[in-house]
Amino acid sequence: MVQYSHPDLDPSFAALSDATRRGVLAQLARADASITDLADRFHMTLTGMKKHVGVLEQAGLVVTEKIGRVRTCRLGPHCLEKETAWIENFRQLWATRFDALDRVVEEMKRKERADGRKKRA
Amino acid sequence: MDARKEHESAQHRTTVQRQSDRELVVTRTIDAPARIVFEAWTRPELFKQWWAPRSLGMRLVSCQMDVRVGGAYRLNFGTSMDFFGKYLEVTPPSRLVWTNDEGGEAGSVTTLALEEKGGKTLLVLRELYPSKEALDAAGTGAADAMGEQFDQLDELLDSLGSAGQV
Repeated sequence: MVQYSHPDLDPSFAALSDATRRGVLAQLARADASITDLADRFHMTLTGMKKHVGVLEQAGLVVTEKIGRVRTCRLGPHCLEKETAWIENFRQLWATRFDALDRVVEEMKRKERADGRKKRA
Repeated sequence: MDARKEHESAQHRTTVQRQSDRELVVTRTIDAPARIVFEAWTRPELFKQWWAPRSLGMRLVSCQMDVRVGGAYRLNFGTSMDFFGKYLEVTPPSRLVWTNDEGGEAGSVTTLALEEKGGKTLLVLRELYPSKEALDAAGTGAADAMGEQFDQLDELLDSLGSAGQV
């Protein structure tokens, strides 16, 4: 049977629907950071950032660990693997198509230049 | 790879983003004026040359396009694979909007926007699905299609190889 829904992807997409949360993931892809660091960087209150991180954590995209008084965030081990694979299917299809379009367009441009030369001649 | 080449390939890279639950956005820069890209998208004999590239093992058997508002198109890939719909908006050389009706109620609406800058064209294609489930399923469909197409390609390469033509 073909399965057409992916319930396990839902929390991830909800988590990714927010620009700040996407920014947080991009930031964490560069380096781990504390919630305070992230709040500063995104000009948010600590409470606001805690909420965002909470959503990302729920979706399994981020894991946090409290050491002393600091809660450090890093990317979850399976962060974006599934989403990436899903998107990659579309990307491959379109990339292949557009590479073929490049060739058609080059040929059209070549013909136009040739026609232009004929007209001037 | 030298710096210039790297820059070029980055610029020409196809990007795909899921903009929301229901929307997928594809971007690509084409090295040609918008009117040429628009023409390649709206003249069947040109469209046929790239929409179903041979490297994907697809073969577009026939292609009818009545490119005007309310006009219909139909793409036939042989067997029972027909893709069809109608044009909702036709604004050369910058905008083309069409429906994808083969999916019935799960069908999407595609908006193509072409923005020319310095002789090149930034192509932005948006596919809006009626529901999140429909887009999720389209991803699965794309995966299946890609898998099938690569299988066909493998077969083709195998047959060419055994015939000593490679």
